[in-house]
Amino acid sequence: MSFHRITVTVNGSAEIVDVPSNMTMLTMLREKLALTGTKNGCAAGECGACTVLWNGEPVNSCMVLAVECDGAEIVTVEGLMTDHQLDPIQQTMIDAGGMQCGFCTPGILISARALLDRKPKPTEPEIRDALVGNLCRCTGYTRIIDAVKMAAGD
Amino acid sequence: MITAHPGLPEFDYIRPTTLEEASNFLAQHPGEARAFIGGTDTFVRMRDGAWQDKYLVDVKGLPGMNDLTFIPAVGLRVGAAVNMNRLIASPEVKEHYPLLAEAAHTVASYQLRTRATIAGNICNASPAGDTIGAGLVYDAKIHVHGVEGDRVEALRAFFKGPGKTVLKPGDIVTAVEYPRPPQGAQGKYIKLGRNAIGDLAIVGVTAFGYPDRTSSGYRFLVVLASVAPTPLLIDMTLLSEKPLTPELIDEAAHVAMNSVKPIDDVRGSARYRSLMVRNMTRNALTEVWKKLGR
Ligand SMILES: Cc1cc2nc3c(=O)[nH]c(=O)nc-3n(C[C@H](O)[C@H](O)[C@H](O)COP(=O)(O)OP(=O)(O)OC[C@H]3O[C@@H](n4cnc5c(N)ncnc54)[C@H](O)[C@@H]3O)c2cc1C
Ligand code: FES
Ligand code: FES
Repeated sequence: MSFHRITVTVNGSAEIVDVPSNMTMLTMLREKLALTGTKNGCAAGECGACTVLWNGEPVNSCMVLAVECDGAEIVTVEGLMTDHQLDPIQQTMIDAGGMQCGFCTPGILISARALLDRKPKPTEPEIRDALVGNLCRCTGYTRIIDAVKMAAGD
Repeated sequence: MITAHPGLPEFDYIRPTTLEEASNFLAQHPGEARAFIGGTDTFVRMRDGAWQDKYLVDVKGLPGMNDLTFIPAVGLRVGAAVNMNRLIASPEVKEHYPLLAEAAHTVASYQLRTRATIAGNICNASPAGDTIGAGLVYDAKIHVHGVEGDRVEALRAFFKGPGKTVLKPGDIVTAVEYPRPPQGAQGKYIKLGRNAIGDLAIVGVTAFGYPDRTSSGYRFLVVLASVAPTPLLIDMTLLSEKPLTPELIDEAAHVAMNSVKPIDDVRGSARYRSLMVRNMTRNALTEVWKKLGR
């Protein structure tokens, strides 16, 4: 199997990584770059726990090959904070109590951040629609939706 | 190391720089090399062990693959690598092909649609493919590059069975083209999944109608997904023959139900599917009739 040397920017820092053809972005983040905030829930595109920003758009990192990330910019949950300040959606998730076990939270934070970037004042149906691909087995979603509304200033 | 989920099996990732190179490579490795774009069907099937390709050929970067163009006199051309979110967000798609945007929006989730493409949905040839119905009613054309050069296939003659198409080794879909819909056309896609959103269709019904010089003043097409080996296009001639009434729409819904013999599977029984075909066809046609200004 062939290996590929790629250059990728992750949370603002340029990385050079050697990856085999069959490695996913998810595995690269967790096992090559030690960014274990991004979770592996299903490795099949279903659960959204692995969601990261890929060139500004949310994507299931289990559905992208690491080699396809050559030249890309990735933001994971570890990169949401700026200047030691939590992103507003991180803060409102805490304030609203939008997590229990927390396994889904990194993916939800990324999907929510991406929604707010493309639509700063989303309606509740738009919030629900944007989070369809993020499963949570604990919270029942209500407080997660509250957190997104709070981050949007409602 | 313990991994909770199996990784992808071994394969070589290949990124050709020209269509010729890509087609030649694929043609020289039949059964061993597969073209892919978003990989959302491919990776799942490879993880399951259902597909065992030695080479995955990434065709996204090839010339023209990322173009999304609308030319009023001609129609819409969707490069094979245009992802579904980009398609849905396009003002021209919203205005002229709302049914296509509506259908694409029912596919999985936002983050999956960052990867998923119309071309992949069509080439995968699943009877449940959500965007195929819109393609069939719009009479989409598939642009293909093969070892012998470029050609165009009609979507209406594209499917040979579940997972089977007219594509031959070396063939690469470069774009899907949608002609201008007839003046005043209206459509509706209704998808029944196990949950309200984000699941594969147990039954999918596309209804499409437009004003025409018929006895009813209209022509209607219906496509049924997930209830036959390939998405099934039905020309609802019945609805052209006499003035439309709710009873006539009911009759058309029965025609739809009687044209398929669905199967039992984990997502629904055959009987349930049949009844849902009838009800959903009735609802979709009624909705289109309403939009046409009933
Ligand atoms: C979690 C999840 C949920 C899903 N939900 C839905 C859903 O609700 N509705 C639905 O319809 N689908 C769904 N799918 C299936 C899939 O996402 C879609 O079929 C998608 O449109 C495939 O596009 P792709 O670009 O990812 O395809 P790929 O995986 O890249 O390709 C799919 C097939 O097409 C072939 N192919 C791709 N591009 C070309 C080309 N240019 N030329 C020739 N052959 C080509 C490949 O060889 C492969 O056989 C889901 C998948 C997942 C993982
Ligand atoms: S791990 Fe990627 S969607 Fe579940
Ligand atoms: S908090 Fe446990 S899965 Fe969401």
